[in-house]
This record gives sequence, structure tokens and C-alpha cells, in this order.
Amino acid sequence: MTGNLVDIRNLNVRFTGARTVHAINDLTLTLKQGETLALLGESGSGKSVTLKTLLRLLPPKRTQIDGEIEVNGVDVLTLSGKKLQAYRGEEVSMVFQEPGLALDPVYTVGDQIAESVMRHKGVRKEEALSTALDMLRRVRIPSPERRLRNYPHELSGGMLQRVMIALALACRPRLLLADEPTTALDATVQIQILLLLRDLQREFGMGVIFVTHDIGVAVEVSERIAVMYAGQIVEEGTTREVIKDPRHPYTRGLLAANLHDAARGARLNAIPGAPPSLDTRPDACSFAPRCPLAEPACRAALPPVHVPSDRRRVACIHANAFVAAE
Amino acid sequence: MSVTNPLPDGLADKGGPAQPLLIVRNLQKYFPVRGGILGGKKALVQAVDGVSFEVKKGETLGIVGESGCGKSTTARLLIGLIDKDKGEIIYDGQDLGGTLSLRDLRRGVQMVFQDSYASLNPRLTIEESIAFGARIQGLSDPVGRARRLMERVGLAPDRFAQRYPHEVSGGQRQRINIARALAMSPRLVVLDEAVSALDKSVEAQVLNLLADLRAEFGLTYIFISHDLNVVRYISDRILVMYLGEVVEIAPVDQIWSSQAHPYTRSLFSAMPSMDPDNRTMEPPLAGDPPNPINPPSGCRFHTRCRFAETVCKAKVPTLRPLSVGSEHLAACHLHDLGSGHSKAGKDVLA
Repeated sequence: MTGNLVDIRNLNVRFTGARTVHAINDLTLTLKQGETLALLGESGSGKSVTLKTLLRLLPPKRTQIDGEIEVNGVDVLTLSGKKLQAYRGEEVSMVFQEPGLALDPVYTVGDQIAESVMRHKGVRKEEALSTALDMLRRVRIPSPERRLRNYPHELSGGMLQRVMIALALACRPRLLLADEPTTALDATVQIQILLLLRDLQREFGMGVIFVTHDIGVAVEVSERIAVMYAGQIVEEGTTREVIKDPRHPYTRGLLAANLHDAARGARLNAIPGAPPSLDTRPDACSFAPRCPLAEPACRAALPPVHVPSDRRRVACIHANAFVAAE
Repeated sequence: MSVTNPLPDGLADKGGPAQPLLIVRNLQKYFPVRGGILGGKKALVQAVDGVSFEVKKGETLGIVGESGCGKSTTARLLIGLIDKDKGEIIYDGQDLGGTLSLRDLRRGVQMVFQDSYASLNPRLTIEESIAFGARIQGLSDPVGRARRLMERVGLAPDRFAQRYPHEVSGGQRQRINIARALAMSPRLVVLDEAVSALDKSVEAQVLNLLADLRAEFGLTYIFISHDLNVVRYISDRILVMYLGEVVEIAPVDQIWSSQAHPYTRSLFSAMPSMDPDNRTMEPPLAGDPPNPINPPSGCRFHTRCRFAETVCKAKVPTLRPLSVGSEHLAACHLHDLGSGHSKAGKDVLA
């Protein structure tokens, strides 16, 4: 149909219960086969919820989802039972922030990878274990034969994250979802994992959606960036476009707050205030209360989405004015 | 520099401007852990081993390093949250445990922690939390002091004083923790990853606040963080730790332009590039940091260092100035002409 690996159209996710939270509001996003997209945003912006919705991991009783999600032509929101199980792990799999929590402490890492392979590929244990060994090699774990028989607690944080990646990729998914996979790691280990993911993406040709709050990480790993704020995408483009020519005031604020080239001792251009609570569905620009350029129109209606070029968009009435102002 | 404290009851300056506010000498802390299959044998985590440094009055010293390098243990030793095994902590010329009591040390040195929620008592209102220490120490008008400080850190007392910690955001809670630390009129504030849990946009606000308070109250900071950009922004000097030891100390501009220790070099090159046209191609180091339970012999970095030779395995390098009188210190055989390292004195890092 569209030729996209992922097609999310007008997605809304609402958590109900003691209070209602409008976590995702009218989100539209596409990912082509073999593309790496970074979802960049702060806590509560809805980036992890987007990933969990893609994998149908949200508790059905307390979540209202509407909109459309297609992954490789499959309507994800209607999947159930065996089809959903096959979809998870075979088509799409996920790497989490805390590999220590995501892996089972009472099985060896080899058994855990083999279990997933046996389940999805229907092969015998010996064959599954040899796939596991091959995966440990591909994620460049030293002495993989020995590591296969290790339990998670015997491995360091960086090794565990490599195992997690090996597990996620063992069934060769078309789409890998990565939820802050390097946030809990040390700096010298983080860069190793980022470069590993970059290499594996190229090698396997899969699509990757990489959730992060760290712009530097997004730059290292992605070719496209979508910036999220209050459950919406406020700006999207290639990594180069978003970093070198940010159009949305929020993106600009985030780039300044990264301190990459802030002069020592100079006052930082901090974005004032805090993100909105999302108790109600936004009916105006969510960023307006914190925006230095806000005007009455921003508070009156949802901002128009400017599309300066193909697959580039900015949800701000000032999106074009910025260029002139510079 | 003359140091004045606008809040009443601040500790008087004892040593004069030339006396470093804090001197740490050969600080050591080993934690016993159970080792072996049956938990019989005791092993020791060498968390902090022979750490020495000084903090001058009015400066900000940044401490960087990866997890397990001992930066937080150092912070906790400094304010006496845990007892040191060995070494000296000298605050404004007075020796902790000698002429200086722990109670007095904590008037002078306060701390802000990473987890803003866990470090507040959930059953005290914000006003009570901030006033608590001042009341215990018998300072005048603890509540008025708390309200003035709330105002100063950007929390309107009328709106926030009676709220509980769970009712405010993470950024606001960290402002409360800062106000609480300042309620004792300290001269040194130890900030242990104080902005690390905050979102970037909120982090910038809190950094601005910290810079303003430093100027206004004449504060001295020890700023611990894993984020090199933040440390560079706020610090005058940077201290780098690896596996419980200090490997390099230097003024921020010097260390930013040329790192003397191979570990510092790797740590700096591990920072993600901010340029999409110039991404990192090669990780500077392989593997994870070794376990501090059984650290490598000699130079603890030799197992991951590409310049390592036999001397690095055999001999512990000492922290020494790069040249006579230099403020830039490093603990590496490459910078010690008499070390026996074949590349000693040669500029191999560049």
C-alpha cells in the first residue's frame, strides 16, 4: 500500500481510572523500511507510550486507544491471541532501559534467547542454542560460548544490554523498538552500545524507533528525529534538519538546554515552567504557556502544521517566521 | 575573596581567604561484602582509595567519573554520612574528629542528592522540611528563614509552604532540597547528581538558580555529575575519578582542551557528538569498568588503556603536576619521566 514499515495515523491514547490522562493526542508518524527514527522528548511527553502502543503492551482495561496503526501492512490494533504473540518478537521486538529487570534471573542468557527462537521459529533446542551463540557473537560479547551459560547477575550492565539486543534480534524482526536503551549505562559503555545498534541496523536492514531524552544520543543513532511534547509530535525531519535548523521553539529550547556549547558562567536560556498535566485533551498549542513567542492565536486553537518539505513538519504558527528572523 | 553570608547565623570565616575551605587527604573507604559461594569469605569493595584534593573558597569543583568510581562515596564521606576508614577531612583549617565536631561540620557543609523525592520526609510539609535543620541547630526564626528561602528558590511560600513533597514536580522538589541545604547557612554545598534526574528544560532552570545562589551567598560547590557538559558549564576545576582513585585534576579550560590521562581522554571522547555530519565512528574504550572489589594492580586503568606497558601493571602512578607549579595534575606514567614507560614525556595522546 503505502510502502511504509510503520504507519501511525491519528493515534489517541487515553489512560482512564482515578483520573484521565491524555497521553497521546492525534499522533501521526511513518517509518520506512530500514530507517532509524529517534523519538525525542522529556518525561511524560508520550514517547514510551507510543512504543508500548506499537507492541500492544498497555493494560487494555485502563487504556482507550483510537486511530490506526499498521506495521508492515498488519493492522496492529485488531490483533489478538496467537497472531498478537507471533507479531511480538517476530515482526517487532523491543529493547528496554533496564536489561537487569527485563531478563529473567533464574534462566541462563542462552536459554532465554533460545526459548524465543524455539517459540517463534519452531526449531529444536540445539539449533536454537546455536542461533543464540551466533547472536552473542554478533553483539560482540567476548567468549560467547562461556557467556551463553551465564545468568544475568553474572554480567555487567553493558553486557546485559548486549544480551537484551541479541534476544530482541534473534528472530530477525523487521522493526526494533528501543526505549532509552543506554540511559542506565556509563558514558564509555553507552557509546559502544549506540555504535553497535547502528552497525546491527545496517547489517539486518531493520527499521528502528529509538526513544531518548538525550539529543546527543539521537544524533549518534538516528537519521530522522521526531520531537514530542505533551503527547504530540511538534517537529519532525531528518536529524540534520532538526539539529541544524530547528523551527519549533521547544526544539530550540531543548538544544540550548543541552549545554553543548553554552559559554561557561553565562546565563542559560532556560525554558520556563513545566510541561502541562494532560488532564484534558489539548485544544490549543500545549507549549504556548512556556513559549517566548506565544501570541493569542497560539492559545486559541491547535497550531497549524507547516510542511516546509517532504517528511518535514513543524506544528507552530511561527515555523516560517523563524527563518526570516535569523 | 571576601565571603559574606547574607543569612544570619552563618559560620564565621576562620582560616582567612588563603585557607582552602576543604582539604581532603588520603581518604579511604572500603566496604566489606560477602564473597564466595557460601558467603563465608569477606571481600572488600575499594570504593575510595587514597583520594586527596582541595577546594578553595568560592570555587566550584566538579567531580566526574562512571558508576562505581567512588564519587558519591566521596561526597558521603565529606559530610560524615558514612565513616571514613582512613584519611583527613579539614574544613576551613579545622580537622574533622579533632577540633571540628560532626555537628559543626554540618553547619558548614550541606548536601543535595539526586533523588529529590527520597531525600524529603513525605510526612513533613515543605515549610517544615526546610525549617527542620535550622530548628535542630537552634538557629533563630526557622520558619521565617524557610519562607524567605522558598521565595528565593522560586517557590511562592503562600502557595507551596503547606504542600507535601508528593504534591509538587521533580524540579520543584529539587528547589526545596536546595532551600533546605541553604537553611543551615552553609559555606560548602555538595551537589551529588543534583540535576541528573531532571528533564533538560528544567535542569537549565535549576543550573541558573545554582549559579545565582552561589554569587549571592558566596557559596562554594562540589558538583558531582556524570554529564560532562553540565560539569564544564558550572565548574572552575574538574576532578576525574576512576575505580576509587583520582586520575586527573585541572582547571576546566585546560582539561577541556587537553586531557592528560588516557582515561579522561576516553571519557571525553565518549560524549555523543552533536554534529550529524560528524558522528562518532569508533568507541574510545571497549568493555565495562572493572569491578572495584578486586581492582587491577598498578594503574587501575591499565586493563583498558591502549598505552599500557609492564610498568603500568606493576607500579601505582602518583598524582603529580604536569610541569612544575602547574595546576593540572594527572596520575599516569606517561607524564612521569622517571616511570620507565617507553613513551613517558612524549605527546602520544594528541
